[in-house]
Amino acid sequence: MSTQVIMPQLGESVVEGTVSKWLKAEGQPISEFEPLLEINTDKVDTEIPAPASGILLRVFIAEGQTVQAGTILGVIGEAGEPVPEAPPASTAAHPTSPRPAVAEMPSPAPEPVREPAPAAASARPDLGFISPVVAKIAAEHRIDLSLVKGSGAGGRITKKDVLAYVGSIPAAVPAWEQPASGELFRPSEEVFGGPPKAGPAPGDVIPHNAVRRQIAEHMIRSRRTSPHVTTVMEADLSRVVAHRQAHKEIFARDGVDLTYSAYFVIASVAALKAVPWVNASWTDEGVVLHRQVHVGMAVSLGDEGLIVPVIKNADQLSLLAVAAAIKDLANRARSRKLKPDDVQGGTFTITNHGVSGSLFATPIINQPQAAILGVGKMQKRVVVIESPGDDAFAIRPMAYLTLTFDHRMLDGAVADRFLSVVVERLETWS
Amino acid sequence: MAEITLIEGLRQAMDEELARDDRVFIVGEDVGPRGGVFRATQGLFEKYGSGRIIDSPLAELSIIGVGIGAALYGLRPICEIQFADFIHPAFNQIVNEAAKMCYRSNGEWTVPMVIRAPYGGGIGGGLYHSQSLEAFFAHVPGLKVVVPSTPREAKGLLKAAVRDPNPVLVFEPKKGYRLIKGEVPEGEEILEPLGVARVSRVGTDLTAIAYGMMHHYTLQAADALAQEGISVEVIDLRTLLPLDKATVLGSVGKTGKALIIYEDNLTGGYGGEIAAILADEAFTDLDAPVRRLGGPDVPAMPYSHPLQDWFLPNPVKIAGAMRELAAF
Repeated sequence: MSTQVIMPQLGESVVEGTVSKWLKAEGQPISEFEPLLEINTDKVDTEIPAPASGILLRVFIAEGQTVQAGTILGVIGEAGEPVPEAPPASTAAHPTSPRPAVAEMPSPAPEPVREPAPAAASARPDLGFISPVVAKIAAEHRIDLSLVKGSGAGGRITKKDVLAYVGSIPAAVPAWEQPASGELFRPSEEVFGGPPKAGPAPGDVIPHNAVRRQIAEHMIRSRRTSPHVTTVMEADLSRVVAHRQAHKEIFARDGVDLTYSAYFVIASVAALKAVPWVNASWTDEGVVLHRQVHVGMAVSLGDEGLIVPVIKNADQLSLLAVAAAIKDLANRARSRKLKPDDVQGGTFTITNHGVSGSLFATPIINQPQAAILGVGKMQKRVVVIESPGDDAFAIRPMAYLTLTFDHRMLDGAVADRFLSVVVERLETWS
Repeated sequence: MAEITLIEGLRQAMDEELARDDRVFIVGEDVGPRGGVFRATQGLFEKYGSGRIIDSPLAELSIIGVGIGAALYGLRPICEIQFADFIHPAFNQIVNEAAKMCYRSNGEWTVPMVIRAPYGGGIGGGLYHSQSLEAFFAHVPGLKVVVPSTPREAKGLLKAAVRDPNPVLVFEPKKGYRLIKGEVPEGEEILEPLGVARVSRVGTDLTAIAYGMMHHYTLQAADALAQEGISVEVIDLRTLLPLDKATVLGSVGKTGKALIIYEDNLTGGYGGEIAAILADEAFTDLDAPVRRLGGPDVPAMPYSHPLQDWFLPNPVKIAGAMRELAAF
């Protein structure tokens, strides 16, 4: 069993030192705590005692060299024990370097000198210790960690290192154009076979289905018809989350999934009642203020597009009834069992694009309505809770809400008033 | 706004709650005419009389027993334990009676009682006037355990504790009683929510989690490290039970590194629970081992000043631990 002699940190701000003198030569016996070498830092010499008894098997750092704290200086062990000829890799490569940069710090020496390393999440032996978060980031971004320079203790790759590497990958050069030795990505020719062809190959044509044609037609018409303007606010959903948590089981007993969408419908209804100009349609004769509140909910059909079934008379429904209606309409939308009436007559539309991870978006108005509410992904964010003289940070479930509105009939102030009511209703939910 | 001491914040809290609610009364050793050994109840005897500011015998078991009985009877006792070190005779009453009452009566009976106990070292108090006992009580569901670190929190958390329907232990960092000063608005109701931690300094490189006096030392260490380009986020837990996990996990999720500082003996100390939660729920966010800096595992706080300094974490020791973690 051998023991590494490690460069100690000799003071709180002293991160390096110079080996001024080895008091034992290679092959000489030494007892634990006996002076082994002298280190000079800031003109002060300090004797370093031997960390174990045995034979000084190897000296890696010669006298006169300056190294960082944590560097392996030598090895003590028993006579005849196998010892690596070379000091840890990078030091060997630059034996004359007086001050190895942190990034060139030696990785742990090979067995048998090495102590059992902490279990690395996805480490290859030459990368050193890979922390859980570094492994996670590397997996998420498909990073080959052997390309990342480590700046941590002993050359370890830190979270900052891997994040800096992720940030440094130029966006214009997709990762798959950088052949690398990592297991995580291979050259495309290996994946698809054959040399890449020059120029883009003609792609396959997927014929439009009826839904896709209608979406395309409607989107272009809406964009041409309404001058779209989007306003953004954010809402603290703490109370909604708490309310849902407290009630979802009760609703489940009635066979109803209490989704967040139901809360947004109710909040929108409150705002449509408070600001009726948003529950309206443009005609050449004048703006039609609708007497009824029919709220459409965009439902994704996956690759086949999306559809907007309508909750009729949403203003007369309880949270339970809204949740039940959403479940029914969404189920029938996905099983293609909606009736034509289910998708007509909407006076306002909500799109919950947050379910697919979007923070905020600028959706296109569902004609002939006046506006569409976009609901972003709920995310825990640090927010400032204002209180005179003692503002505080808090972690709150926040979501961006956008209102994209038709500037022909609505102005920013009215739209903001509407959105404020939605936010207020959500934040004061009880 | 007036700058007041931590102990004045406590005194104001009790004064205001006594004035607000006739059911509130104080019981403890020397809390009456003498105003408490630390003067936390100074002036209250003169203002509210011997019926509401009650000097007890030198018997902690009975102080807490009286408190529990009065609370069940509908009153709102504030029990002062002169030093947390003396709370042990009342352990059975607190753990077996106060903490379990609501549960075992299926919510029919609650014990709306506050126990105030000065804790912690650094005042040359030696064995019996320096102990940190939060870990014993933070282990007991049914109790709330609060540690204020600033005058504002001392006032706001104690007032909230008085209004809480269940037993709340307030461990007060006695070294900070007169050392820690801060602005507290006058003529305004100060209430701080129980169970909510506070990010007292925003940083990016590592999260330092502390409470009580250690929170101040941690802030000082973080200031020192800022000079070296190391950015430390500091969390003041404020309530140990229930713990505000979201704030802790949110911060460590951001920084990837955590140091927990407490002055209790390291082994079995409250910081071990935080470390366990981080290992369990933040594992894939971690970029370094979760580290604890606590007192050594010796039977008591030494009386000798140099040894007391050796025992307690201080800004220099905390800065050293932070530096080491930042460099990992």
